[in-house]
Parts: sequence; structure tokens; C-alpha cells
Amino acid sequence: MTDFPTGAETGPPSPRRSFDDLLGDCVHCGFCLPTCPTYVLWGEEMDSPRGRIHLMAQTRDDVLTPEVVQHFDRCLGCLACVSSCPSGVRYDSLIESTRARVEAEHQRGPRERLLRALVFALFPYRRRLDLLRGPLRAYRACGASAWLRRSGVLERVSPSLAAMERVAPPLRTVPALPGRLPAVGRRRAVVGLLTGCVQGSLLPQVNTATARVLASEGCEVLTPRAQGCCGALSAHSGRAAEAARFARATVETFERAGVDTVVVNSAGCGSSMKHYADVLAEAGAGPSWERRARALSARTADLTEFLVRLGPVAERHPLPVRAAYHDACHLSHGQGVRDQPRELLRAIPGLELLDLPDPDLCCGSAGVYNLLRPDAARELGDRKAGNLRSTGARLLVTGNPGCSLQIASAMERGGHPVSVAHPAQVLDASIRGLDASALLEDAP
Amino acid sequence: MPDAMTGPAALAPRLRAVCGADGVVTDPARRRTYESDGITYHSAVPGIVVLPETTGQVAAVVRLCAEHGVPFVPRGSGTGLSGGALPRPDGVLVVTSRMRRVIEVDIPNERAVVQPGVFNLDVTRAAAPHGYHYAPDPSSRQVCSVGGNIAENSGGAHCLKYGFTVNHVTGLEIVTPRGDVVRLGGKAPDAPGYDLIGVFVGSEGTLGIATEITVRLTRAPQRTSTLLAAFPTMDAGGRAVSAIIAAGVLPAAVEMMDALAVEAAEAAVRCGYPEGAGAVLIVELDGAAEDVAAQFEAVTALCRAAGAFAVRAADDPAERARIWKGRRSAFAAVGRISPAYIVQDGVVPRTALGGVLARISELSARSGIRVANVFHAGDGNLHPLVLFDDAEPGAAERAAEVSGAILDLCVEHGGSITGEHGVGVDKACHMPRMFSDDDLATMDLFRRAFDPDGIANPEKVLPTPRLCGERPGVVRGEHPLVASGQAELF
Repeated sequence: MTDFPTGAETGPPSPRRSFDDLLGDCVHCGFCLPTCPTYVLWGEEMDSPRGRIHLMAQTRDDVLTPEVVQHFDRCLGCLACVSSCPSGVRYDSLIESTRARVEAEHQRGPRERLLRALVFALFPYRRRLDLLRGPLRAYRACGASAWLRRSGVLERVSPSLAAMERVAPPLRTVPALPGRLPAVGRRRAVVGLLTGCVQGSLLPQVNTATARVLASEGCEVLTPRAQGCCGALSAHSGRAAEAARFARATVETFERAGVDTVVVNSAGCGSSMKHYADVLAEAGAGPSWERRARALSARTADLTEFLVRLGPVAERHPLPVRAAYHDACHLSHGQGVRDQPRELLRAIPGLELLDLPDPDLCCGSAGVYNLLRPDAARELGDRKAGNLRSTGARLLVTGNPGCSLQIASAMERGGHPVSVAHPAQVLDASIRGLDASALLEDAP
Repeated sequence: MPDAMTGPAALAPRLRAVCGADGVVTDPARRRTYESDGITYHSAVPGIVVLPETTGQVAAVVRLCAEHGVPFVPRGSGTGLSGGALPRPDGVLVVTSRMRRVIEVDIPNERAVVQPGVFNLDVTRAAAPHGYHYAPDPSSRQVCSVGGNIAENSGGAHCLKYGFTVNHVTGLEIVTPRGDVVRLGGKAPDAPGYDLIGVFVGSEGTLGIATEITVRLTRAPQRTSTLLAAFPTMDAGGRAVSAIIAAGVLPAAVEMMDALAVEAAEAAVRCGYPEGAGAVLIVELDGAAEDVAAQFEAVTALCRAAGAFAVRAADDPAERARIWKGRRSAFAAVGRISPAYIVQDGVVPRTALGGVLARISELSARSGIRVANVFHAGDGNLHPLVLFDDAEPGAAERAAEVSGAILDLCVEHGGSITGEHGVGVDKACHMPRMFSDDDLATMDLFRRAFDPDGIANPEKVLPTPRLCGERPGVVRGEHPLVASGQAELF
């Protein structure tokens, strides 16, 4: 497996290669085809990475027709093709530039515009998501949710709204994280925690568990209050200026915090933060911002990556459970983090770690893809659910909020609800010596 | 441009009735993504693209083509390396990528029945839980389709011991160029009468389209051992290969890569080959555990005797996978060390390997065009990778010249212009270097027995004046054998 550059290189910034130059790297071998979720679904060239790169080259100096744009829109941005490419094609850069171009030049239909406006006015804003918590809880409690799902009304009105309803998790209230959590025992590191928008608002228990695990391993955990969205959702959807605005704010926040490492527990956020220099360059930021972005990227680590590097000190108590680990695309393909979460889980006594068939195939969540392309996302979700069922696992462990919500929803739809937990929650339960049943009930 | 009223575009409504709106591609930009297969220096935008899902749909599409005299070109995953799936602007491209169902895995009979669009590796994946695999293993096995393998009679690293695709197909359902559905063979081996499966496998889409394929499954060996040996020179590596074969050992695979190919593979997948090697040899031994152990000792000793400075064994699957990953990625990996390249495919008798490699080096030095060498050393199948910069004026032409000269070398040494990639459009003009006009005329007559109107993948395999320029002796009009009464068309 090709190691994807993490963007954490500390050397002098290499000159940014032009879009045309990057296009030229593809030799048309087709090794990406079987790894591409949309090619797996539809089996046509235009919905494969090779075909999309061909379309990018074709339309380089041409207008973007709706026929062409649909194929860029259908890409999940899972980056499985980047892992499978022997020629080192930077499809991630190519699709991000292309999406920015689509947003700048292509006029979408009114319905699509409205949906996108709604999604991007909501998800990157923690406070707006928080405002939804009350109504969402009331809605769940009054039984309207079950009625609405059974009736299929929402599905008929808008498949996207239906998808949004389906993946919304039951909410839990957890105490807010303190700005500074002291290390347990000898202090081994000072880390900053990115709380994220979706994670922070809809799955706050994951952040709590993350902070507790870090503290138990001897980290002083700083959670800056001022932090906002990291910009990943915007960057992955071609909203370059918005993404750069979020990126600059995040860089400033963690520069001020004065931490050794920024720990991220959401795969999509981590992947984006490790490529901040590209995000800022895409929006035309100058070299000084690029340097600051690179410095932050170099200090950014996924929770599991960081914990393996740090080495364990806290005792792990037995947690007898059959668990399957799902690779979030932006961890495995986006950051090359595959072994670390498995290593941490295997080190828990009594935990039986099962392999999912087709581990490299996206579950269909892909940021806000499941809201924008609900049909394709649903089909991929069903595939992942089928694979998960075949393992007989009682618990699914995964490091991205989107994947958690998407897979839980697909399992429920298939009539086989399963518990889903973040690696942080599993480690937390083991370190605190909780019973496995707590974890099985605790999941979203 | 074909006339919209008479060309393939005119067939669109009827093709939609067969394959559904979703199964017919007419938009120019979308169609154009199919303009090339695995080699991009041949390209042509197909007149129309269809994506059938059933044998019935393929037959109906081909019948429409036959009725209207419109040419058709079959295509699988589009990974071919001879332009065998190069589309026709005046034709229909029939893509089998949606026909990807493994219909049956019949372990007691050691057979699998699959649709043509199934990825080669997916046959092995389906059989693996039962302790079986599908033996032919092209380097692109995770993506190339079984249908494409049938068309090209594809090989792979393990064909040295296990044979090519043709040795692993026992039954076919095909759609003939007239649109008839015909079954050849079945699960039983060796159907009596003419070996029509042997005829069809390797026919490169000129005799019809395979729509269902029955393949032999091979029991996974009790033990597999892989050995990686590094030599200072290609010559020393070649000597080791000869010594291994002379000792009566039949490895499952013997692969050799030169320094340039190793550099590319390292850059792509960090496969951890020994540093400073002029040649790297991968020898895989499989079979009964005791035999493999004994052969392993013998091969290690022979490699050392031939001058290997490092010999490493890989018994665990992860290490073995890494060694093979380097080899399998070699073609595309060259993209990391060169802006453009040509993958060549030729065969020489194993004993001529050393001589031919020396001549290739001379060619490379004289032309200033770098050549990386990757090959199935056990059966003398060379894959020189001719590297050039397509931005440099004239470089592509010089590379093509070197590439062609390499094929001449192969023929000169009693070899062949292709080992496993097929002739396609890329090598059709090289056919006269191996075959006489009479040979080619007979092949053409044979082809016409299946495809009297010449609509099945025209201008592939056999040279034509349009493709290769006017040449005395090229058959046009009535076939001489027909004219002389020695043969008749039916």
C-alpha cells in the first residue's frame, strides 16, 4: 500500500505543482477502478477515478456541462484511488481543484443550490448544530421519528432530508470539556484537542472519552474554547474560500494554545488539517500563511497515531467483546493510519478484533455526501452493513463521526442494529475498567 | 465523422430499448472517456457506448450491428496493452463491466462460472475460502476482466508452471458476430471435435464476445516459498535462471527486473528490494511441503553460484505480498521515473535472453532512450519498458522506433512479437515480420468464417492497408483461396 504523504513534512515547502502537471501523472492503467466505490456501484468509466481524470483533462479549457459535472459530484472523495495508484497520482488535489472550479463556474439547479446552502449553513457551525439538539431530542422522544420513518413521507418529499433524519443520532448530554484537563500522574505531553462540529455537537461523549484517555496516558489536554470548524467539509466540496477561512482560524487558535500536538479524533478533520497548506493555496493564500499551515500540519496527529507513538502507561482492563474495526477513508487513505487503531484495540485484554471484508470500500458517508447523494450513499451503506453482519461482531469501532452515524443507520435499516463506538470510547472503557455492556449500550 | 443518420448514433433509440437509457452513452465527453484502453497512444472516440448486463442484451446489440453493418468492439476493464479494445468512431463499443457476477463456484468439479466483466482476482477471491484459486494471474489481475483475459489469452507470472488462460477455460458461452448465442464445451474437460475454445481464446474480439466463462479452479499448493535474489548484473541473473531450469526445477514463477525497473517499483510501493542490484530475481516455488523445501535449497545454491550477492526468503504472506507488489506495480510505477513510456511484450527462447538483453542495451545507448526491463524470465517473455518524455519533440517517435526494433530482435532470435498482451491494433503491422502472406491470408479466411461481414473488432490482429500502408500481397476483394476454388465462404 502506498503511503499517502501526510503533509507533515517539515522541510522547505516544495513548489506547488500545477493542475496540468498533476493530470499528466495518470498513465491510464486502471488499477484504481476496483477500489472506487462508484465504479463498484455502476461499472462505468466516467464514474471511476481514471474516467474522472480523463474528464478533467478534456474539459481543462472547455465549459463544464451538467453531463460532466454530475460525475465529479458523484465522487465520494474517499481517496481509495490514491492508495491504489502505482503512479502516485494526486487525485485528492485534482478533485479538490476541480470541485472549486465547479463551484466557481457551474450553475446548479435551484433545488440543488438550496440543499447545499442549507447543509453548509448548518454543519460547519457548532452553535447552530447545538441549537438543533433540543428540537431533535423532543422529536425523538415524542415518537414522531419512528412514525416518520415507517410512513416514508420524508423519502418521497426529499431523499436528502430523509437521509439527514436517518443518520441523526439519539442525543446524549455530557458535561462540557474543561479548558484544561491535567495529566494523570507524570505529565508526558501537552496536547490540544480539536472538538469538531459534528463530533462535538452530536457525539460529545467521544470527545469526553478522548480527553479522559489522553489524560490517563499522561497528557495535559487543552481544549481551546474559541475553536470552530476545521474546514474539511467545505474543502471537500469545493468551497475553497470558506475552507481557507476556517483553516486560518484553526491555525490561529492552536498557535495561541501553545501545545506540542494537536490531537484530532475525527478522520475527515485530521486529513484536512494535515493538508492545510494545500487548502490555503487553493484559495490563494500567501507564503507566510502556507508556512504557518505547514507548521500546524506537522503537529497534527490522529488520536490513535499519537497514542501509539506515545506508548501506553495506563493499565488496560479486560473488555470481552467481539468487535470489528472499520477504516474511515480519511484515516486509511487520507492519512495512512491503518495499523495504529488495530494495535491499540488488540492490546485490550479479552477484545476479539474481527476483520471486515472489503475494508477499503467507503461506507458512503463521505462528509456530507450521504446528504447530497442519498441513493448512492444508501447502497454503499447497505454493502458495508452486509459485510459487518458477516463478521458477527457486536460492536463496530470506527474513528470518524460520519462513518459511525452512516453505518449505525444502515444496520438499523437492515433490521440488525449494532453498537458503534469510537476507539477512544473503547480505550476509555478498558482503562476505567467498565463492563463491556456499558459500551454496547453507550454507543450512538 | 460518421453520418448521424446512418452511423451508430442512428442506432441509439434501438440500443436504449435493449440496454435501457442508463446503458447507452451518447454524450460526447462521456463517450470520450472510453477513447483508449491501457495504452493511450492509440485513441479513437467510440461512435456510441453500450453497457449491457445480460447475454441477451449483448446478443441483441450485436444483431443490431450485424443488421446495419455497423462495426462493434468489445471492451472489458480497459487495461489491455495492445489497443485490442481501441474503439471505432463509426462503431459501437460493447463494454462488459456491468456483467460481473460470479454465477457459480463448483468446488467438487473444480470449476467456476463467471460473467465476462468479473475481475480476474475476484475469481480467486470467490474460490479462496475453499482452498482454491484461479491460476492465470496477469499483473493487472485486480482490475482486468476475465472476458478480456479470454480475448487476449492473458498470461501472468505463474503461467510458467500453470499455463496461460487457454489452459484454464473449459466452457464458453459466446455471442457470434451475427448475434447468435453459442455454447462451447462445459465443465467437462476436452470436448470432442475441433477445439473451438482453443480457437476463441486469444481471438481478441474478432470472433465474437464471450458472455459466460467456465474456468478451472486450481487447488492452492500445500506450501509456497518465495525467494528474492539480487545479482550485480542482468547476465548473472540470466545464468541463474538457466541453471535453475537445467537442474530440473519447475518454479511456479521466475521473474527478473533490472535496476531501472527496481528503482521505479521502490519509488511506487517501497517493496524493500536489495539495494545496488543490477538485476533482481523473484523465484516462487510451490507444491508439497517436502518438495518445496528441497527445491528451495537447490535454487538458493544455484543463485549464489551464479553470483547472487543477496538471497532473501519470504515464507510469510505479508513479506511475499510485498515482493510481488513491487513486481506487479512495475508497469505503472515507471510513471514515477518517466513522463511517458511504452510497455513492450515479446518472447525469445530462454537461452537467447542474454544476447537479446545485450542488444537492447546497445539500442538504448545508441538512441538515448532509456529501457527498463521486467520479464517472466522462466519462459523468455520480455517486457521492456521504453521510457521517453512526451513533451520533447521527436522523443515519442524515437521511442516507438526502439520499441519496434526490440520486436525485430525477438523475431530474429526465433521468438515472437507478443507473449501475452496480444496483437491488437498496436502490433498488427508487425504480423508480417512473423508470418508469410499465405499465413496471413489463411488466418483472414478463418476469421471470415465467423465474421463474414468483418464487423467484429475490425482492423485488429491482422494487418490492413489503412493501418499499415499499401503492401504487396495484402488481400483485398475476393480471397485467392476462394478464387482458386480451394476454399469457400459459408
